[in-house]
Amino acid sequence: MNLILLAAVWGIVMMLSGLFIKKKENAVQLAFLGSLILAGGCFADLHEYAFIHSDFKGLLAYDKFSHLFLFIISIALILYIWLTGKEVVKVGNHPSEYFALLFFVMSGAGLVTLFNNLLILFLGIEILSIPLFILTGSDKRNLKSNEAALKYFLMGAFSTGILLLGIAFIYGATGSFQLVNYMMQGTEAAAIYHHIGLALILIALSFKVSAVPFHFWTPDVYDGAPTPFTSFMASIVKLAAFVGFAQLILNGFSSDSARIQSVVALLIAATLIIGNVAAVYQQSVKRMLAYSSIAQAGFMLMAVFASNDMARQGLLLYAAVYCLANIGIFAVLTKMKDYTYEGFNGLAAKNPFIAFCLTVFLMSLAGIPLTGGFFAKYFLLAAVVKVGGYLWLVITAVVFAAISVYYYFKVIQAMYFKPASDNSGLITAVGSSFKVGLLLAALLILLLGIFPYQLLLDVLTVY
Amino acid sequence: MPIHYYIVLALALFSIGVTGVLTRRNAIIIFMCVELMLNAVNLLLVAFSKMHAAKLAAFDMAGNVGAEAQIFVFFIMVVAAAEVSVGLAIIVMMYRNIHSVDVNFLNRLKH
Repeated sequence: MNLILLAAVWGIVMMLSGLFIKKKENAVQLAFLGSLILAGGCFADLHEYAFIHSDFKGLLAYDKFSHLFLFIISIALILYIWLTGKEVVKVGNHPSEYFALLFFVMSGAGLVTLFNNLLILFLGIEILSIPLFILTGSDKRNLKSNEAALKYFLMGAFSTGILLLGIAFIYGATGSFQLVNYMMQGTEAAAIYHHIGLALILIALSFKVSAVPFHFWTPDVYDGAPTPFTSFMASIVKLAAFVGFAQLILNGFSSDSARIQSVVALLIAATLIIGNVAAVYQQSVKRMLAYSSIAQAGFMLMAVFASNDMARQGLLLYAAVYCLANIGIFAVLTKMKDYTYEGFNGLAAKNPFIAFCLTVFLMSLAGIPLTGGFFAKYFLLAAVVKVGGYLWLVITAVVFAAISVYYYFKVIQAMYFKPASDNSGLITAVGSSFKVGLLLAALLILLLGIFPYQLLLDVLTVY
Repeated sequence: MPIHYYIVLALALFSIGVTGVLTRRNAIIIFMCVELMLNAVNLLLVAFSKMHAAKLAAFDMAGNVGAEAQIFVFFIMVVAAAEVSVGLAIIVMMYRNIHSVDVNFLNRLKH
């Protein structure tokens, strides 16, 4: 709850600060302060200290899982502003407004995580995506950015329409928007409405989390958007959408989960196959990361598929590891001269430290042991095994995780084993605070890989 | 009137909207079709709201049943208005750069 309030208030503060802030760097500092306050608020929430002790007549529901998730994304926001804040300022002439929109997105992420009513889910998803349409198009003179913004907007509005139709049908079946009531109703007509509604909501949310076959907008939007905002989209926003999806199935439609599972299993398999295979063929690292985010979506969908406690823990771990790794990689990417694989040639010789951190992030995305990514994938696979009867899904996932190693290691290979050329390497030398931020992210990933229980999952049982 | 009429009408409007989004090439027309989809949902929500109220009115316990769906409609209108403002801004931005609102121009990102 604290996060929703603080993010909304700080968004307004940032917006108004645009009037007074003369130096662009000050906007970054103010946003960084805001992200610290947000993390403080989330920490207070974890200890059940909130500004408002109310669930607003059942519109919101609080549990440890969602509070822990919000804490994770607020930490991710701190790192995001730390590492990428300077690049956000360089996108255009309105730095305070960009940060304001980022904070509004955080507020939407809070709503999507804590909702207990379909109205709040709808509002949360809209608050999550409308500011992103603007941020995607914020590089106004760049045609690629324009195109990405229009595509994202049209697809976003279209999927919102589908989501709303689904919600309307669910309402027709049950007469309520509250999540707890969605048991099957008696009459035949109500059962039909229920099925139509559920199918439409599944389609709409698959659009939002870019699961195959509803993924086609993702590579274009991620590629066209200014890189600092792609980083935000691919990490925090994507995870918020996933947690919303998982919460919806777990809290609202658990009685349907057997019916949903067979469909979601097909979605997962298609997402893993198309995402990983397409990523292999990309020339640009930014576009490869877009496809890799589709492939990772396949793994995260397993939390929706299994919807048991194991899956929730896995999703939390995945959220932490995936956010850190993606924010780190994109932070380095924003400083590269060239976004192709050749751009990374010989980076290890010039900037050994950055190359090392990047290696940790990439290995974590690929799921190599000792990094957090391994345990994140392990937990989700274990959750699927626990459900039983879907061994083929686990095997597919493992095979395609192995394929993903190929394109992640292509970057590592370029960094360590290829000679540098003129248009490879970083644009300018990076400051020490950037290095400290990268080191922090890399250390957190390694620690999560060695002590996943102690750092994250014990917290669930302690509270 | 039976609820089916309203459902058929709403679904027909929604389908026209979906068809428009998928087949038209003018960004503004696509945009109008999205609005049509949202308004079809509004109609459906109001119809369902009356349906649930009428069901319970038979037992004389209607109260304010169905009110939440009508409130939902207002939220959809507000969000749609916010989306229009952002969407039109994006379309205007594109028009400034390429002097066209044809979405077939949007192929720079294909490799």
